Amino acid sequence: MSAGSTLQASRVALRYPGAAQPVLADFDLDLAPGEIVSVLGPSGVGKSSLLRVLSGLQAPDAGTIAVDGAALDGVHPRLAIAFQNPALLPWLDLEGNVAFGLDFKRQPQLSRAERQARVDRAIAEVGLTHARHLRPAALSGGMAQRAALARCLARQPQVLLLDEPFGALDEVTRADMQALLVQIVADYRSAAVLVTHDIDEALLVSDRILLLGGAPARTIGEWRIDLPRPREDFVAELGRIRIEIVGTLRRATRPH
Amino acid sequence: MSVADQGRAPARMRVVTPGFGGRLAHAGLGLAGLALLLALWWAATDLLAAEGSFARRFSPGDALPALAALVTGPDLWTHVAVSLKRVLVGLGLALLAGVPLGLLIGASRLAEAAATPAFQFLRMISPLSWMPIAVLVFGVGDAPIYFLLAFAAVWPIVLNTAAGVRQLNPHWLLLSKSLAATGWETLTRVILPGILGHVLTGLRLAIGISWIVLVPCEMLGVQAGLGYFILDTRDRLAYEQLMAVILVIGVIGYLLDTGARAVIHRFAPGS
Ligand SMILES: Nc1ncnc2c1ncn2[C@@H]1O[C@H](COP(=O)(O)OP(=O)(O)O)[C@@H](O)[C@H]1O
Ligand SMILES: [Mg+2]
Repeated sequence: MSAGSTLQASRVALRYPGAAQPVLADFDLDLAPGEIVSVLGPSGVGKSSLLRVLSGLQAPDAGTIAVDGAALDGVHPRLAIAFQNPALLPWLDLEGNVAFGLDFKRQPQLSRAERQARVDRAIAEVGLTHARHLRPAALSGGMAQRAALARCLARQPQVLLLDEPFGALDEVTRADMQALLVQIVADYRSAAVLVTHDIDEALLVSDRILLLGGAPARTIGEWRIDLPRPREDFVAELGRIRIEIVGTLRRATRPH
Repeated sequence: MSVADQGRAPARMRVVTPGFGGRLAHAGLGLAGLALLLALWWAATDLLAAEGSFARRFSPGDALPALAALVTGPDLWTHVAVSLKRVLVGLGLALLAGVPLGLLIGASRLAEAAATPAFQFLRMISPLSWMPIAVLVFGVGDAPIYFLLAFAAVWPIVLNTAAGVRQLNPHWLLLSKSLAATGWETLTRVILPGILGHVLTGLRLAIGISWIVLVPCEMLGVQAGLGYFILDTRDRLAYEQLMAVILVIGVIGYLLDTGARAVIHRFAPGS
């Protein structure tokens, strides 16, 4: 067990009841503080399943997950998960949605003032202070996803677990959100696991890319990207990694 | 505007689309329909019925002055208050029983499979059929009426609550799970607000049913209420008052439904 990891998975396996074979086998991850790791893979490979296991929503059949070295058993107050669907509650305004869950019994107990301060900071971080009293129905897709991110941030997460959070957004909005994610992780001294099927998203955002492939899914390739951000100035370097990724994917899916 | 466009129009548009003139025309048509109803009533009692026949006694020419007299006197309002209280208690009991039952049936396929045939069976029995049994069990007075009203009102509340639970957005439930919500927190912070529109729709239907069932319920063994008042006017041969009470029953029922619609619009717009 490496000392520096904030979230660690070792030899994780998952099999759904009734399925012929496991979705995941022998998956390992060491997430360093501040690191953004993308989990890339074709759809249906098991990325969402993996993220549910990492978040504690789903117990693995084998292997262990650890947060700061302590074994994970169910959802954890400092792991925040967001999905492609922002899942905002329509009867609460944006502020109410961001605050949602902060006062739950099994969350760390905070004073009302502390909760409000966290909500204010999270809403400001995603740039929605002007919209704090709007209902979800009045938000655009990008704003709704920002609100969902703010709801994660209000919990001051140690790790953000994001399941294709920008998949439903148009390209310009998606680029904004990718930049925002990088900034958020730095500002909150957090770390993130970003599940995506978009190679360019992974290249622009991540410190490390894990390529998931095969059935059961395992890591079939790993790339570290030590380039400063924004990455748009490094098209040549990224293009080389892109070709490697596509090649690895093609070899993995070629019929035997 | 095409059908597809209307489907995507935000809620604000719907208010604007008919326009003030459109709404005025709509209300005017409604008033015209009511006027036609009045004309038919008048024609039936004053034109078609023979001079001096029994039907003449139900004429609007007599009923409307009788209504004015009742509205300004104290008796009518006592009966209205008694009836409204009974409906309120009946609806309260129906909510207390119906919402938890609906939650259970909506949440569990097993409970739904077990309960649906029994509910369809019970729902089709007029609540009035239970009247003799209700009186035997609860005695004479308000208690059997509360029971019958609750029994009549509970079904739309159960069925709508269950439908609401089944239509809950699964992402909301996943969210509450990822926040380590307790069962109580999930219920009060996600499920109940999420099904409010459905419950209120069920309540609106229940109000309509209760008001309809109330009058015959009050015709047996009680000494106050609008149903009792109807029989009282008949016994006193005050047919113009009888017609006046019927008008009152219709107007209050209409107001109750309008109120329920307003509550739905206020607390659960779009459902
Ligand atoms: N709750 C579940 N029960 C059974 N099978 C599931 C469940 N969720 C996902 N699967 C199956 O596991 C595989 C991987 O799904 P998923 O993790 O959603 O992949 P991805 O997110 O990469 O598209 C798919 O074959 C899918 O049908
Ligand atoms: Mg997925």
